[in-house]
Amino acid sequence: MNVVADIQADVRVNDFVIKIANVNGTGSASANGLLMKAIFRMGVPVVGKNLFPSNIQGLPTWYEIRLTKDSHMARSGSTEFMVAMNAETYAQDLKEVAPGGYLLYDNTWPRPDLHARSDISAIGVPLARLCNAEFDNARTRVLMKNMAYVGAVAGLTGLDVGVIRGLVEEMFGTKAHLIEANMKAIQIGLDAIAEVHKEPVSLKIEAMDKTAGHVMIDGNTAAALGCLYAGATFGAWYPITPSTSLMDGFKMVCEKYRVDKETGRKNYCIIQAEDELASVGMAIGASWNGARSFTPTSGPGISLMSEFIGFAYYGEVPLVLFDVQRAGPSTGLPTRTQQCDLQLAAYASHGDTKHICVYPADPKECFEMAVQAFDLADRFQTPVFFMTDLDIGMNDWMVPEFDWDDSFQPDRGKVLGKDELEKIEKYYRYEDRDGDAIPYRTIPGEHPKGAYFTRGSGHNWKGGYTEDGGEYKEVLDRLTRKWESAAEVVPGPIIVEAAEPTKRAIISIGGCDGAVREAMTRLQKDGVHVNYLRVRGFPFSAEIESFIDAHEEVYVVEQNRDAQLRGMLIGETNVEKSKLVPLLDYAGMPADPTFIYEGVKAHCLNAEA
Amino acid sequence: MTSMVKPKISKHLPTNELGLTIRNYEGSMSTLCAGCGHDSVTAALVQAFWELSLAPESAAKVSGIGCSSKTTAYFMGQSHGINTVHGRMPSVATGANAVNGDLHYIGISGDGDSLSIGFGQFAHAIRRNLNMLYIIENNGVYGLTKGQFSASADIGSTTKRGIPNEQTPIDPCVQALTLGAGFVARGFSGDKSQLVPLIKAGLMHRGFALIDVVSPCVTFNDHKGSTKSYAHTYKYYHPLVHTDFVADADEITGEYEADGGMSVTLHDGGILNLRKTASDYDPRDKAQAIDTLMQPRENGEIRTGLLYVDENMADMHEANALPDQPLNKVAYKDLCPGSDALGGFLKGYC
Repeated sequence: MNVVADIQADVRVNDFVIKIANVNGTGSASANGLLMKAIFRMGVPVVGKNLFPSNIQGLPTWYEIRLTKDSHMARSGSTEFMVAMNAETYAQDLKEVAPGGYLLYDNTWPRPDLHARSDISAIGVPLARLCNAEFDNARTRVLMKNMAYVGAVAGLTGLDVGVIRGLVEEMFGTKAHLIEANMKAIQIGLDAIAEVHKEPVSLKIEAMDKTAGHVMIDGNTAAALGCLYAGATFGAWYPITPSTSLMDGFKMVCEKYRVDKETGRKNYCIIQAEDELASVGMAIGASWNGARSFTPTSGPGISLMSEFIGFAYYGEVPLVLFDVQRAGPSTGLPTRTQQCDLQLAAYASHGDTKHICVYPADPKECFEMAVQAFDLADRFQTPVFFMTDLDIGMNDWMVPEFDWDDSFQPDRGKVLGKDELEKIEKYYRYEDRDGDAIPYRTIPGEHPKGAYFTRGSGHNWKGGYTEDGGEYKEVLDRLTRKWESAAEVVPGPIIVEAAEPTKRAIISIGGCDGAVREAMTRLQKDGVHVNYLRVRGFPFSAEIESFIDAHEEVYVVEQNRDAQLRGMLIGETNVEKSKLVPLLDYAGMPADPTFIYEGVKAHCLNAEA
Repeated sequence: MTSMVKPKISKHLPTNELGLTIRNYEGSMSTLCAGCGHDSVTAALVQAFWELSLAPESAAKVSGIGCSSKTTAYFMGQSHGINTVHGRMPSVATGANAVNGDLHYIGISGDGDSLSIGFGQFAHAIRRNLNMLYIIENNGVYGLTKGQFSASADIGSTTKRGIPNEQTPIDPCVQALTLGAGFVARGFSGDKSQLVPLIKAGLMHRGFALIDVVSPCVTFNDHKGSTKSYAHTYKYYHPLVHTDFVADADEITGEYEADGGMSVTLHDGGILNLRKTASDYDPRDKAQAIDTLMQPRENGEIRTGLLYVDENMADMHEANALPDQPLNKVAYKDLCPGSDALGGFLKGYC
């Protein structure tokens, strides 16, 4: 064990990162979740990131827990405390620890030649040996070893064991033997660390009161909850990481709130389709028939759905598509995050197509915008893309509790019912009766007068087949006007002003939000002031163009290689292209404030030089 | 061109129970070639739905892309219709059906639409036992793209220029049987007297009802050498089972029973009276049905009729425990659990 003499010089309280290196498939997720939840329960704000491989068992996996007393929303990028449980990545994990930090490893097996750093504390504890002595079968031993490192971390940092016990009791409910077994494993870790490490520790967890009114939830569950509250009754999907847990979430909430207790009948239908072409087709069929329906997927799914998306756009069928983005192209990095489908979604399908998109930044917005997405789809009778990503969708985020207004009524848009159809002389599906480019639709089964033929082939305002150029253009031009009219109805941009007037600004989108805000604070400390606008909807509100016009230099921060948001801003507004400076973070990791801070800083220095 | 409205002259025509004449079941003017088998199928559909007194608003027509898929515009102009993308009609029908099982879903597809580009969706709709009438207007050829073989073309059948097909054909009836369909029939566009009862029975069958209709393409596949021409089909046409559909039980006559026939009561109304034309064929025996269809075609015979029926299989609605009230009619207040429930739910995330 190496102990650095002056380690006490800088004690960090509730402001450091614990990173757990483990092997995929060993059941470490619940131990890591327990650790993070316990910190959250102690009132300390946390940011958790699960960095996992595309694999069922055997490849390395990491879990980062950032304790952030200042309530930052992003990962910090550094590691102060490494729990190195994976021999395979030990060398890399050791290298990653910040100077003055700690590394806990399992010394049941010797790890020669790897204690090469003298600027950190490497602490060996025989967790596997202790657990093997205490527990019987192989699987239990592995699971309990994970709980043992929770105990060891608690022992080192001062994490409240009473809080951990409370969580373990909640986790296992009435299964007392499981509670005791897990607590025993935690105690093994506590005892072991007490025995081998008696020196004071520079990383401390102390109770705070900064998590009240907050929840720890992932964006996919939050979006699923939004679907429930929006009144969606139909969802079709094909399993794909990282969107799978969205449908799992919808199933979970529906089983809780949508099953008739007496009859067992379900006020929802979920169909696992044969592929994404079928899942979007099913969602279109359900929407066409008047139900609120959706399909969750990721980029590869959107590629497959593209033909149908154009059909729904041209036939004016409402539809909500959740794109939980992952790194492409092709299979790409299926378990890594990116914002690489921005343009794919905005213009999905062949021919002239433009879609409405919403861009949540965190699980709270996932809940709210999911509800909005269904209203937008019904109101504008068109597919709506809900653009989230793996980081937002699959990681647990600390966000304020969600609100719900019980007076909310969904906006089902212009639908003619039986009585209205009875009164009118003749109904035409694509007639712009109100001059707002939005026609009236009817639901099959209501009235013979409402019958019309939905087609992806050329049609005129009456809904009839046409190959006449003028009639065709008339419908196409109305679709443009309809789409444009959504610009001020989609969620508007959020602007954060710098402490001092400035001609510099950042524009960003989605899950980069927390990292941008943290970078702004750091830049401000260096005397660099930037305003910030976060895009939340497409088509772009006029406010976005005027924001860009008001600045001389705008850094467009996004997570893809090709500066897709920047491209859309250039294509859809009249702003000066040279003003928009791309800052692209596309390595597949959740947004990093240091990258943004350094990127903006370097650009400012260059400009000054 | 734009679609043409068909003149509707209903004077002096008989009316059905709803007071509608057969004209009320027609749609816009067909744009298919004169003599196309598909137009005969359309006429049979019109006849069947008029006879059933089907309320126009109670039907929903679904189709994909191709000559056959166009025909949903040519019947029941007072019903909603959706002409989807190529090969993907089953998925749209699945979603539509899931949220409103009260409508009758009529799917019209072709051999290209169902057996090539849409083979997967065709198969999975059967696996889910989607409650719909699914008609394949099967002509062995791609018409709109001018005469390429489809996946149902027989080995040795030739193109207009005499080039033979060498790939194994896909038989939609055999596929449907192996995938678990509860109603599998084959018809011929040239025999309306057989087709109309099959359509009525298929529509009233609860679950997936497939009717594969040999429907010759007069322009690209009606020549000597083609095994899906009118001449060939008439020559080798071989009904295995005779099917009658009656709307209610009172109309059963003793004739069929005396003849060794059988009656099948359908859950959604109506009775099927079946009579064997081949002495050893039993439409309740799936293995025999598959075996019969898989046998080399003696003398090239095209075996038709209701090949298999099992009216007791749970359909998609039942398998998903869907409520009696269609999902698209459930009030919002019954769908949204409200703010108290939200608070309660989120307690698990604190």
